[in-house]
Amino acid sequence: MQKQSVFQSRLLPYALVAPQLAVVLIFFYWPAAQAVLQSFLLQDAFGLSTSFVWFDNYQELLSQPDYFAAIVRTFVFAIAIAFSSLSLALLLAVMADKPLRGGTVYRTLLIWPYAVAPPVVGVLWVFMLNPSLGVLAHGLRGMGIDWNPLLDGNQAALLIILAAAWKQISYNFLFFLAGLQSIPKSVIEAAAIDGARPMRRFWTVIFPLLAPTIFFLLVVNIVYAFFDTFGIIDTITRGGPGNATQTLVYKVYVDGLLGGNLGSSAAQSVILMIIVVLLTAIQFRFVERKVTY
Amino acid sequence: MAFREFGAAAAVAATLAFSASPAHAATEIQWWHAMTGANNDVIVKLANDFNASQSDYKVVPTYKGGYADTMNAGIAAFRAGNAPHIMQVFEVGTATMMAATGAIKPVYRLMQESGEKFDPKSYLPAITGYYSTSKGEMLSFPFNSSSTVMWINLDAFKKANITDIPKTWPEVFEDAKKLKAAGYTTCGFSNSWVTWVNLEQLSAWHNVPLASKANGLDGFDTVLQFNGPLQVKHLETLVELQKDKTYDYAGRTNTGEGRFTSGECPIYLTSSAFFGNVKAQAKFNFTNAPMPYYPDVKGAPQNSIIGGASLWVMGGKTPAEYKGVAKFLTFLSDADRQIWIHKASGYLPITKAAYERAKEEGFYKDQPYLETPLKELTNKEPTENSRGLRFGNMVQLRDVWAEEIEQALAGKKTAKQALDAAVERGNAMLRQFEKTAVR
Amino acid sequence: MVEQEGIQRYLAHIILWIGIAIVAFPVYLAFIASTQDNAAIANGQMSLLPGGHFLETYYQTIFVGTSGSTREPVGTMMLNSFVMAMLIAVGKIAISIVSAYAIVYFRFPFRMAMFWLIFITLMLPVEVRIYPTYKIVADLHLLDSYAGLSLPLIASATATLLFRQFFMTVPDELLEASRIDGAGPFRFFWDTLLPLSRTNMAALFVILFILGWNQYLWPLLITTRDDMQTIQIGIRKMITTTDALTEWPIVMATAVLAMLPPVFVVVVMQRLFVRGLVETEK
Repeated sequence: MQKQSVFQSRLLPYALVAPQLAVVLIFFYWPAAQAVLQSFLLQDAFGLSTSFVWFDNYQELLSQPDYFAAIVRTFVFAIAIAFSSLSLALLLAVMADKPLRGGTVYRTLLIWPYAVAPPVVGVLWVFMLNPSLGVLAHGLRGMGIDWNPLLDGNQAALLIILAAAWKQISYNFLFFLAGLQSIPKSVIEAAAIDGARPMRRFWTVIFPLLAPTIFFLLVVNIVYAFFDTFGIIDTITRGGPGNATQTLVYKVYVDGLLGGNLGSSAAQSVILMIIVVLLTAIQFRFVERKVTY
Repeated sequence: MAFREFGAAAAVAATLAFSASPAHAATEIQWWHAMTGANNDVIVKLANDFNASQSDYKVVPTYKGGYADTMNAGIAAFRAGNAPHIMQVFEVGTATMMAATGAIKPVYRLMQESGEKFDPKSYLPAITGYYSTSKGEMLSFPFNSSSTVMWINLDAFKKANITDIPKTWPEVFEDAKKLKAAGYTTCGFSNSWVTWVNLEQLSAWHNVPLASKANGLDGFDTVLQFNGPLQVKHLETLVELQKDKTYDYAGRTNTGEGRFTSGECPIYLTSSAFFGNVKAQAKFNFTNAPMPYYPDVKGAPQNSIIGGASLWVMGGKTPAEYKGVAKFLTFLSDADRQIWIHKASGYLPITKAAYERAKEEGFYKDQPYLETPLKELTNKEPTENSRGLRFGNMVQLRDVWAEEIEQALAGKKTAKQALDAAVERGNAMLRQFEKTAVR
Repeated sequence: MVEQEGIQRYLAHIILWIGIAIVAFPVYLAFIASTQDNAAIANGQMSLLPGGHFLETYYQTIFVGTSGSTREPVGTMMLNSFVMAMLIAVGKIAISIVSAYAIVYFRFPFRMAMFWLIFITLMLPVEVRIYPTYKIVADLHLLDSYAGLSLPLIASATATLLFRQFFMTVPDELLEASRIDGAGPFRFFWDTLLPLSRTNMAALFVILFILGWNQYLWPLLITTRDDMQTIQIGIRKMITTTDALTEWPIVMATAVLAMLPPVFVVVVMQRLFVRGLVETEK
């Protein structure tokens, strides 16, 4: 993966990369190394007493059935969030791709959630579905549905998935729209001339051409579901009821910043990092393949 | 061209990034706290009054987020070598703070070394006991304390033809059923702070141990014991009543409080400090009462334990700075000050003198519900089971206990199974904490 | 010509409006809540139509701050958020574009190693390495400063990756042509590559600005002075109250105001944004 024609310059490239490398080394690698080191230590919150415990933290984690439950739960959430968010966004993008009046208006209005910060998203959803404060909760109860995400783990999980997926819709929508707009009209017209109906056209022509975008977004969404949903969970359910909405990243936060168990929290982050690296490595393999399309 | 603008933006950005922050003056005392709204006003006024009363020291209060965030900020700051002088830490963080010898300066030692007059006996034992060693040495300074009380919607009671305020749990259950029949179908009674009310306070109020070693006050090798017959029976009843919403679970913290002020839940147990909200938002006649008890338990009601937060003094500062901190603590203990704090915030006075004076001035005549928590706290002389509690990683512990209770309420486990699991998981975490605390 | 039957068109409009309803409803609620009475909200009795308190709530929010939780009127916090977001967006784009340029257009030892070194930074979010990062920032005396707020957040690879992808798609002929003209690396970069990158830079600017704008945990930790705090902290502070009154209308008004700048940025950059992404897809 290298350009054919390049510049021959000895010092310049180092000078160009230097600022970023400096920032990255100081503000990423140094703290990250310390975080990894932390995973091998047993320490009190203030760092006053430290003992080196090798892989004890990891062992303890992996022997908790709760931890594996959390891993499975996180994957389930990630897939649910990614799937619902992507399909809805795709539908909307396909509709907005058509030459309709007011296209720009639609696009603008559909971009909003992306600008909303996660803790605020959480509060907004509390306003809608919290059993005591929620506007929609009253409606649901009026309809006879026993809406109680405080006790019903599945309802709580559903609430989190909805809130997280909602936030991603606009991000996905934008990429899909861009992808759709880059498909040459001639290809679509050719398929139409061939007599293919809209639905068939979509699945046999458009969808495959959109595949790189879909895949890229799939992984971005999954990474988002793994890492960035922490704000939403913290505001709405705090991991409850039971541990129905406790994902891996939330557990890192609870054990570390709330519980003061930095060693375990660091070990969890390392494991989390490995999982995400694996996921991304898989993606990289795919992306390279698509790039030579 | 976009690049000119880009270049200009970059230049502006760089300049702003490296602009210096203004310098401060005098011997500053940094005070990190977690108070919002009217309570924040109280803190600011206290600092201003102290600063105005003398010119050697300047107390600077900074709001650092909720209790957990403030504590994390303090921990991070300490690890980086620049902790504040005073930090407000919630009661459940006491064990973590106490275990951090070197990071903190115990209050009794601070006062001794700074030559400030300090008589531990002038403070209300039920409040300071929580923050003291078993020898009565005060480690942190109680600042805002509250206790659990039962809030009552009097209009609802009238509607259901209930004339007496319930004193015992069986009476509460009965009244809740009547209220349900009178139209409060989605909630007969409920509560906030699920573990505080249904495990911690319950045990203390009935003089039953929550854990060994005086609930952890006497040592980090404490062992949880709250899966006893009283607590199991209580949880079993809640589980049963949850089925038809005579009892309706309202969450782990206090987000469900709106259900009382909206009129939905006519009986609601939560902090006494809720009174500000109740006064402002309840559109009905209300009052509060001490927590109910089970009459068949010997010794009940005992006394309640406090919730809230205290002020910890951080270590590593100079003697001059400590003098200022000590002076500030003396300032806060003054009876006038205590009464003012009590009236302005609803939090409890910490000195006997202040409480007596408030009673004399007839302060509680118009607002008897402000005295309820004090009555609960001073009901009897505290025993081993009711001096307070102290567990490491308490925040996590409470989450684990709440998890188990939720499982029982949802019908996934029996009450006994849930409490057994809570005790087991909790003990594992306590042993983990003990390893880091014992040196 | 591809058919656009009448029914299809109506269907599209309907679906889009349903989409907008789903997407915009929570935001609408926030606005409604900011115009109503606190008691109504806390009791869960908020109506779905605007209340009458619009002017007084927004006036109080913008100029006064809540009665104590923030002590800083919203204006200051918005400024802090703005500066931080700008620094992050501008800073990141600046260092990433030259990095990516070096990696793509030069051949030098450790080239790929450096690329991977930079790329891995995507894998560990700030929350996880927060205490050690805090220590470094404190050691460098950057607490309570705009530099401290932004530098740690600049240290990740998203922009470098995007630029690298884009540069790979730039045809070699352009470089050849520029060489024939006698241009060295600087001229090529400034005169040819940068103009081409304009749409990508706009796209990245939007993404990074919003990222910076929405930060909560990091600014909370490193600011001790009230006047350095950002708008996200302001909102959260007002919500996470333990016993005192949460002034929901002001919380919501602040949240609405906090949404305006990023939405504005998105809308303004929208056209460039879409085109920017299209080119990267190749």
